[in-house]
Amino acid sequence: MIEIRFHGRGGQGAVTAAEILAKAAFKDGKYSQAFPFFGVERRGAPVMAFTRIDDKPIQIRYQVYTPNYVLVLDDGLTNVVDVFSGLQDGGSVIINTNNDIETKESASVYDIDATGIALDMLGKNIVNTIILGYLAKKTNIVSIESLIEVIKEVFPGKIGESNAKATLKAYEMG
Amino acid sequence: MTKEVMTANKAVAEAARLAKPQVIPVFPITPQTSISEYLAQYVADGDVDAKYVKVESEHSAISAAVGASGAGVRVFTATSSQGLMLMHEILFAAAGMRVPIVMADANRSISAPLSIWNDQQDSISQRDAGWLQIYVENGQEALDTTLMAYKIAENENVLLPVMVCLDGFILTHTVEPVEIPDQSTVDKFLPPYTPKHAYLDTNEPMSIGTLADPGYYFEARHDMEVAMENSIDVMKKTEEEFEQIFGRKYDLVEPYKCDDAEIILVAMGSVCSTIRVIVDELRESGEKVGLLKIRAYRPFPQKDIVEAVKNCDKLAIVDKNISFGMGGALYTDMKAKVDKETYGFIVGLGGRDITPDSIKEIYNKTKNPEKAVTWIGLKED
Amino acid sequence: MVTIGCVIRAPATSKRNKTGSWRTFKPILNKDKCVDCDNCIMFCPDASVNKDHDINYDYCKGCGICAKECPVNAIEMIKE
Repeated sequence: MIEIRFHGRGGQGAVTAAEILAKAAFKDGKYSQAFPFFGVERRGAPVMAFTRIDDKPIQIRYQVYTPNYVLVLDDGLTNVVDVFSGLQDGGSVIINTNNDIETKESASVYDIDATGIALDMLGKNIVNTIILGYLAKKTNIVSIESLIEVIKEVFPGKIGESNAKATLKAYEMG
Repeated sequence: MTKEVMTANKAVAEAARLAKPQVIPVFPITPQTSISEYLAQYVADGDVDAKYVKVESEHSAISAAVGASGAGVRVFTATSSQGLMLMHEILFAAAGMRVPIVMADANRSISAPLSIWNDQQDSISQRDAGWLQIYVENGQEALDTTLMAYKIAENENVLLPVMVCLDGFILTHTVEPVEIPDQSTVDKFLPPYTPKHAYLDTNEPMSIGTLADPGYYFEARHDMEVAMENSIDVMKKTEEEFEQIFGRKYDLVEPYKCDDAEIILVAMGSVCSTIRVIVDELRESGEKVGLLKIRAYRPFPQKDIVEAVKNCDKLAIVDKNISFGMGGALYTDMKAKVDKETYGFIVGLGGRDITPDSIKEIYNKTKNPEKAVTWIGLKED
Repeated sequence: MVTIGCVIRAPATSKRNKTGSWRTFKPILNKDKCVDCDNCIMFCPDASVNKDHDINYDYCKGCGICAKECPVNAIEMIKE
């Protein structure tokens, strides 16, 4: 089983990203589960979301404490939350940042300026789909085809098209 | 039939759509809100031919539900936590008037302190209202149980409302694969509601919700007791019929590796999934442990429970609620109805995460008991 | 035997309950004094006074409200 933990702020789309990843993995023929942990239901408050992917039905229903992958949608969170908490050896962190991020030795950090892509291609700082594109390339836990398909389903019309393009761009950068 | 990744809230809304209710009075509250939103969308899109009643409170929502059901149509509503508290008075009226309402309760803790997170205190505290209460474990079961709930509630030997209880956030906001049956298949299983005792007909005027003096009230309440007893068989038959049509098997209680178990954990709702995994893990290290999942909390299926646990030495009851000074509600019920060495464990109140360690601690504390009721995961300092 | 949900399957069944038997004092109207104000009709909790101010003793419980509300004391309460 692969476990992914998302860190974001209320309104940034971490919960939606976790769901998109679960739906895309399901399209790839896997079993999947995604759920949020809300602190308070407010824009800007730190939010966690979790995705599990497996070849067999997923039974467990507690939060992800030892993730294989951590996705950080906002590098400001690293000052508030221990985003590396429980990260498995050999696991990796994908983080939206322009800065150098310190990590523990056994994990790798992939940084991407998702905000830059988002501002350039979407006109606003919503990075949830973009960071999934980068994840797909770096980890192969989900196919980019399924990811793009689900993004277009979740956001019908123009928004889906532009998000799909931005996601693909991040995938190609990976 | 399609299979999609969705939340249990969506699964419940899909079930409500497939059941073709004619009136949907509902008031939004976390974590039930998306059920009311999906249903509003279905009605607006014409996917359900129902009157969606925008009420100003949960008291009004359930009152409108009673009125509509009393008028003889199928009704769906949903709520959670404080909303269910506000419904309290009318829950008893609904059961007493024997209107077969189906309601989903997104289980959430009760204030104070204010908490939006999951436990089962809300529905447990409505235990004696005369409603059937079925606790579900995942999104698929939430959908399937909502469909079965109508068939059970509307059975003429039952005619009591049914509450489908699903854990807030842990189910309501978790996406996972859920199979949505076709309308034609559901229609075969669940025909339209034909009211037998309460309906609006100007040619046959009637009064419902009337006063009963001491010469009648006692019998009316006893009839509800009989209906609740009847519902055990009706639920069983409904589950059998459901399995024949949809291929998914359910029962009032569902034992897992109980036959040779020395200790059986007894639980309701989503925590059963995690427990099952831990049972497997403990079994690998030679521990003789099992799980008894209680789906039907009311009616309380005493015979089935006694049969399922007959070979074990001890019971560990897992409660996401507390009756202060007494332990959890399921614990006290089990103590009253099952003659076994029994220990109670309070877990997960206000959304405290229930981890594998929590489950193992319950097992170990049952193996080497210290006290009758233990709060698991309590911070001591 | 009660019906399911205590439903009452006929209209106006309360007519069968002749509350006149509860009476200990009986209102008697002196029509010569009556000024047709209709207070007794409006205040009677059991609708036992008709538009001609005839009192229906099948249902009049003898509560005395009509006598109390009569502005000209045309109604007298007499022991049964």
